[in-house]
Amino acid sequence: MRSLRRLASQVGYVNKAFWRNPAAAFFTFAFPLMFLVIFTSLLGHGIVHEGLRTVHTSDYYVAAMAAYAVIGACYSNIAMSVTAQRDLGILKRTNGTPLPSAVYLGARVIHAVFVALLLVVITAAFGRCAYQADIPTGMTLVRFLAALLVGSAAFSALAFAITPAIPNADAGPAIVNASIMPLLFLSGIFIPISNTTPNWIVWVARIFPVRHFAVSIQAGFVGTAFSWTDVAVVAAWGIGGLLVATRYFSWEPRR
Amino acid sequence: MHVASPPGGLRAAVAGTGPSMPGTPAIEVRDLTKFYGDVAAVDGLDLEIQVGEIFAMLGPNGAGKTTTVEILEGYRHRDGGEVRVLGYDPGRERRLLKPLIGIVLQSTGVDRYLTVSETIEMYASYYPHPRPTGEIVELVGLDTKRDARVLKLSGGQQRRLDVAIALAGDPDLLFLDEPTTGFDPSARREAWEVVKNLAELGKTVLLTTHYMDEAQYLADRVAVMAAGRIVATGTPEELGDRQIDGVRIRFRVPPGTVLPADLAGPTTPDGRVELVPDDLSRTMYRLTGWSLEYGIELEQLEIIRKSLEDVYLELTGGDPTEPEEVTPGGSTPSPGRR
Repeated sequence: MRSLRRLASQVGYVNKAFWRNPAAAFFTFAFPLMFLVIFTSLLGHGIVHEGLRTVHTSDYYVAAMAAYAVIGACYSNIAMSVTAQRDLGILKRTNGTPLPSAVYLGARVIHAVFVALLLVVITAAFGRCAYQADIPTGMTLVRFLAALLVGSAAFSALAFAITPAIPNADAGPAIVNASIMPLLFLSGIFIPISNTTPNWIVWVARIFPVRHFAVSIQAGFVGTAFSWTDVAVVAAWGIGGLLVATRYFSWEPRR
Repeated sequence: MHVASPPGGLRAAVAGTGPSMPGTPAIEVRDLTKFYGDVAAVDGLDLEIQVGEIFAMLGPNGAGKTTTVEILEGYRHRDGGEVRVLGYDPGRERRLLKPLIGIVLQSTGVDRYLTVSETIEMYASYYPHPRPTGEIVELVGLDTKRDARVLKLSGGQQRRLDVAIALAGDPDLLFLDEPTTGFDPSARREAWEVVKNLAELGKTVLLTTHYMDEAQYLADRVAVMAAGRIVATGTPEELGDRQIDGVRIRFRVPPGTVLPADLAGPTTPDGRVELVPDDLSRTMYRLTGWSLEYGIELEQLEIIRKSLEDVYLELTGGDPTEPEEVTPGGSTPSPGRR
């Protein structure tokens, strides 16, 4: 009970600091919404072939931007803010207090998932109003939420796993973006993967978790096939990330 | 972890585990060692700090002060020796120790976007018996900055916030690792006043510093550390008085004056005569008597007492004001400077 109260209060502080930090609030929150408007306006009048189905590009981008928002909030945001906190000595200081590590790190994850959910709701509402995109309901909604939660948790775990590879906070944005931006492009987030996409790209998309996550989110929005395999691949990456993080995560500043 | 007792072992307080009883020291260290690679950063250190003391560890960079303190705080594991902090072993019982201590690390930050009182309240919420935020901001002199965001604070104010955070849990024991390094003189004065206030609360304080005047001004007792060992311990006065033959008398006499044999001595570079008296009062009596008798004026007469700084330089063989402590964060620490 006491842990839950501490967790809730810690999430509150993370939340305050998040919205007051212009970089965090803009890149994590406003950026995906800006992309949503730009992509749907610019490219939202065509057709994408997803398997045997044809999907309006507007619907496609609503789903893709929802996936992008979750990855941004959970992976990029956590990796950069935790690295900054590590190098400022905040992690080390916290480690010297009686607050359990799990509560401190858990509060970050919970906050990130909360931001991700908020972004998905805004994205869905926008898609509905501007393009009459589908909103997941019934069983689709259940599967959609499962995919969303597994994805948020997995990308959060991967965020903690990448921090040991970041030598200092200045290198944070570079390394985080270098690790995720190419994958976003190669996984059909910004440009749909089609029959003419080179084979190596298709393979990259199959190996890494981004495409699998995007596809399971897309199923909720546009009714394409949902496969638990996609969720399982994302979960496996999350578990891998958790193992790496448990082994290599550091509370000490690296200078 | 190696925790074998040295021959004879430590006293009963160390054999048992648990919170310290009245009368037992706040910190007890026996034969502590810590290696980084082949280098002994801490090399058989013994230390005892009483409850309510302000204790300063003084030493040049790389002497092992930060390593020692971080072992006591539970951040680092020791390679040998016995350690008790408030009756607990910080290596094995860190969880029990954490609520009782406050830590100000050598360099540390806080979230820049929270306000001063939000920050203190957040850290206070981690502890079972926090001290009210209002009291803390007053104690560290940040009461007018309560609602300021951390990024608006000056360097000195941020350091005071560090102390405020360390006080949030109302700890019995406070660690201050080089609390004023890199400060301008007025910020240092401010920080010193805060530490003086802590003494009045009856807290035990362990402070590391490489500033002589800081140790002299703040500490009840000082340990001088060099090359991973404590080379001298005592009150600042005791350390200053360590060598009574350190007292010298210097004066100038008109050129050509012949001094009696018992008042003759070597000439200093500035042309003054320097005497090293066995008995200061007797020699002064003799010198001034001679001066009056022959009407010879003693210009620039001075009695020079060794400062703590001189003693420190002798003990550590180094320059106390050199900046940049080499802290072991996986990097190679320099052994105590020769």
